[in-house]
Amino acid sequence: MNLDELAQTTGEWLRGSGPESDIVVSSRVRLARNLADFPFISRTTEADRAAIEKILHGRLQEMQDSGRAPADLIYVDVGDLPELDRQFLVERQLISREHAESEGARAVAIDRAEQFSVMINEEDHLRIQVMHSGLDLQSALEQASTIDDMIEEQVTYAFSDRLGYLTACPTNVGTGLRVSVMLHLPALVITRQIEKVFKSLQKINLAVRGLYGEGSQATGDFYQISNQLTLGETEQELAKKVADVVPVLIEYERQARSFLVRESHETLHDRVSRAFGILRTAQTITSEETMHLLSSVRMGINLGLIGNDLKITTINKLLIHTQPAHLQKLAGMELDQTDRNVERAAYLRQHLDPDTKSGDPANN
Amino acid sequence: MKCQKCDRAATFHITDLVDGQASEVHLCEQCAQAFLTPTPEEAEEVMPAMAGLLAQHLAVDETADELARLDQRACPVCGITFLQFRKQGRLGCPHDYVFFEKELEPLLLNIHDQTQHIGKNPKRCPRGADQQTQLIRLRREMKEAVSEENYERASELRDQIREIEASVRPSPEP
Ligand SMILES: [Zn+2]
Ligand SMILES: [Zn+2]
Repeated sequence: MNLDELAQTTGEWLRGSGPESDIVVSSRVRLARNLADFPFISRTTEADRAAIEKILHGRLQEMQDSGRAPADLIYVDVGDLPELDRQFLVERQLISREHAESEGARAVAIDRAEQFSVMINEEDHLRIQVMHSGLDLQSALEQASTIDDMIEEQVTYAFSDRLGYLTACPTNVGTGLRVSVMLHLPALVITRQIEKVFKSLQKINLAVRGLYGEGSQATGDFYQISNQLTLGETEQELAKKVADVVPVLIEYERQARSFLVRESHETLHDRVSRAFGILRTAQTITSEETMHLLSSVRMGINLGLIGNDLKITTINKLLIHTQPAHLQKLAGMELDQTDRNVERAAYLRQHLDPDTKSGDPANN
Repeated sequence: MKCQKCDRAATFHITDLVDGQASEVHLCEQCAQAFLTPTPEEAEEVMPAMAGLLAQHLAVDETADELARLDQRACPVCGITFLQFRKQGRLGCPHDYVFFEKELEPLLLNIHDQTQHIGKNPKRCPRGADQQTQLIRLRREMKEAVSEENYERASELRDQIREIEASVRPSPEP
């Protein structure tokens, strides 16, 4: 088990430090596939699920043996995993909440660089997921497709000439593709334009989700924009549609930020400074409040409102490390909610207070 | 430049987003404030959940009797009934797309606006994998035959399964 090792880093999707990385966090691509000779998950027996897991695990093993998949893939039996570790993988976006909470034989193979993960027996038999930091849908799509081709060499997918790749839910049929870009849009939230953005995206068949989970109420002002339909367009067309809207949203967020700077500079500066102050001095703090405050500070860094050399990558690291499961993994023990809030505040003080700043927290 | 909504000077140049297309809006300070503050209706409208969609579109054009009859139809391969599909929103096997084709058509059109795949094709079975999917039915029938102690039928089924498995088994990797 190498999950403890992963806990020390931030993972690919929060690594970004490029030109627009204060707004564009990461790009994700997911392909849904099913084996042709097994029922979809809801109609499988326990024996079916074990057989599917065995076939696909075997296939990944062959790919590793022939040197075509990384030799150090982390293969995790999700059903066997303690709840804390499952939650950790969800926070990390390496498995879905559904995968963490379902029953029976299921697994995930994780690339050590966390650029891809392969979920076995999620809603579909196979979910291939590729994550790249920044706006990089095209190469993420190519990587997912290459992994897909490799697996398919030795297994037969459920496919129809007319409907494409057949999936358990009709919303994924066709390409089985979901492309998404995660954006940090705090100024659109403050200026209350975010609903308008949602509506506008919805009209062109794009979906918006929060950072974790299905609800549209995002934590920390992070939103994932993704394609709603999967059938009747090519993979490239679907990816392009999402990619095309990103520069528009960046521009929209930048305008909202300038608007705030011009219109209510003092209020904004106060908001950011207070957020930073609380994060540096709090003695106990919840995960929600932390996300909320880190979001303000993250925007404040970009607008030059934070007066020291704090970096966005540091905030990214704190965002993931203060999640409940990460915090416990880093502390090396299970903590109840009260203790977590104290531990979280200590962790934040340690990484944000200049007096105790030993070692650069942004070094990965 | 004059404000687009009144006669004052436009000091805010805002990118507006309509259907994913950006357009420039030029407004004075007062109008910009109003523009950036959504109406209650705007704030209330959220993305419709996928859930309701299913029931809504499947029920169209069906009387209660017809719907009840339809609900009892079961896929010969995996055994899922239409009612079960309606309730959980997940299909039971690849053959359901064939068996419930007529019922799924309006749903697929509503979700995707299209009913013809034009993306990537798998290399192994670019025309489809119906034969392999029949294995699901044969395995299920064999299990039933065994539990009914109908061993003659079970062995027939086992031979059929082996035949299909042999015909679709990939050649080993070099
Ligand atoms: Zn005006
Ligand atoms: Zn079926």
